[in-house]
Amino acid sequence: MIASPAHLPDGMPDAAIRFDNLTLGYDRHPAVHHLHGTIPSGSLLAVCGPNGAGKSTLLKGVAGALSPLNGRIEIARAGRGGARVAYLPQLAALDRTFPISVADVVASGLWHKAGLFRRISNGENAAIDAALAAVGLAGFESRWIGSLSGGQFQRALFARLMLQDAPIILLDEPLNAVDDRTAADLLDLVKHWHGESRTILVALHDLNVVRSIFPQTLLLARETVAWGRTEEVLTPHNLTAARRMSEAFDEHAHECARNAA
Amino acid sequence: MRAERGVMLDALYGTLIAPFAEFDFMRRALIGSIALSLGAGPVGVFMMLRRMSLFGDAMAHAILPGAAIGFLVSGLSLGAMTLGGLAAGILVVLLAGLVTRNTALKEDASLAAFYLISLAAGVTIVSLKGSNIDLLHVLFGSILALDDLALILLAGITTCTLLTLAVIYRPLILECVDPAYLQSVSRAGGPTHLVFLILVVLILVGGFSALGTLLAVGILMLPAATSRFWARELDGMIVAATLTAILSSVIGLIVSYHSGLPTGPVIILSTGCLYALSLLFGPQGALVSRLVPHVHLEA
Repeated sequence: MIASPAHLPDGMPDAAIRFDNLTLGYDRHPAVHHLHGTIPSGSLLAVCGPNGAGKSTLLKGVAGALSPLNGRIEIARAGRGGARVAYLPQLAALDRTFPISVADVVASGLWHKAGLFRRISNGENAAIDAALAAVGLAGFESRWIGSLSGGQFQRALFARLMLQDAPIILLDEPLNAVDDRTAADLLDLVKHWHGESRTILVALHDLNVVRSIFPQTLLLARETVAWGRTEEVLTPHNLTAARRMSEAFDEHAHECARNAA
Repeated sequence: MRAERGVMLDALYGTLIAPFAEFDFMRRALIGSIALSLGAGPVGVFMMLRRMSLFGDAMAHAILPGAAIGFLVSGLSLGAMTLGGLAAGILVVLLAGLVTRNTALKEDASLAAFYLISLAAGVTIVSLKGSNIDLLHVLFGSILALDDLALILLAGITTCTLLTLAVIYRPLILECVDPAYLQSVSRAGGPTHLVFLILVVLILVGGFSALGTLLAVGILMLPAATSRFWARELDGMIVAATLTAILSSVIGLIVSYHSGLPTGPVIILSTGCLYALSLLFGPQGALVSRLVPHVHLEA
């Protein structure tokens, strides 16, 4: 999936994503503060931390929906199409009253191939059907999105992610408001993508899920608390340290004097 | 028996066909309003689905002063009024977009600010020079006085609108359904939105030569709202809205011909009647079908 090392940032032959003194935030208040690190390509990384720790902000930053206040995010360029990042936000702000079918929503995952005008080929139609079948929505093609339950809807969004066929996949709390069976099915898909050596970042708060599936974890509390193998990161000591972070922004905070040395 | 049928046919002919067969201005009005309906149907449906029904109203007010200034500069010339309206409308759309993108203000608020400024400025300029009767002309249109230029303009606006819609159809739908996703895969979202707003301005400007600035919104929004009760899918809604607009234009022209009432308002009233009927009896989620108890299905 990831292209030859020639396309990667210098000195990072294996990196899919690299954070260089990254600070992300809103109105000058940092939500992710001075983050350093490298995510090797093919990683399956859980991003954990208390509410307000900056998990969603970090994924938004990688997706390019938020520009850094400071520092940089480097993303390995896969092939000539540039870096393609598939991003599923926490509250997918879809207008579910719009009269559009499940198949059409899923088909929008082919945008990188079809763009504005190209027609969807027979092969791509087969891929749409296959994606729907893979998420357990076979037979739902012509249903309106408004008629889907929360879990079915999340499955449809996963089908779209499959068609996006991106080397880097970002999922923000993808298991919120879905039942156990749906969660298990969606996690199976995540594992399958991991098997295809895609780079996957998932913001999650269910630590049992993280422990059972994710080899790597980044524990975030605005700053990195710990980052590495999951069982070494999710220790009681680290979790207590993460919980100690205060959630509210300090309205009278001074300018940050710390520098990337 | 045969004579009776003949009388009835004559009456029908006299009521429905004769006005158009005998009078050139009625034929022109018919062609003009059908051209307008073809463009207004699809644009209106997208406005409704994007919850921009009231945006049309705001834009109609924004266009008014531009048209009035055009009128002041070169009298009752459709060309000048159209250009003025177009310029005012696009200016307001662009400025509001600029403010929305670069400040904390949301789009509806910044649009409201600009259209009110535009309206106040326009009315002030008109009061410096024009008379009230002239202003009424601009406000309520003159569909029975469409000349060649006006017809070409209407047809041109519709052609332009339909071609543009065909080009932006895919990103426009995605921009309606999931703007965040569109933004993540393409930079087409912003330009698509802007182009669509300009299409709305175009239709409104086309509409005011026929129906007047204020009622032009009617031919956009009422057929769109009506279509909701006839179709569930997007293409069905677009067809239903366009047919509603055409039908109410024909009804409006005939009624106003026989009754001597002003044409623009009667056309919009006809649309209103079709809307009310659909609201009550339409096959999709109308009032009556909700009151009739339906036995639910097994699965």
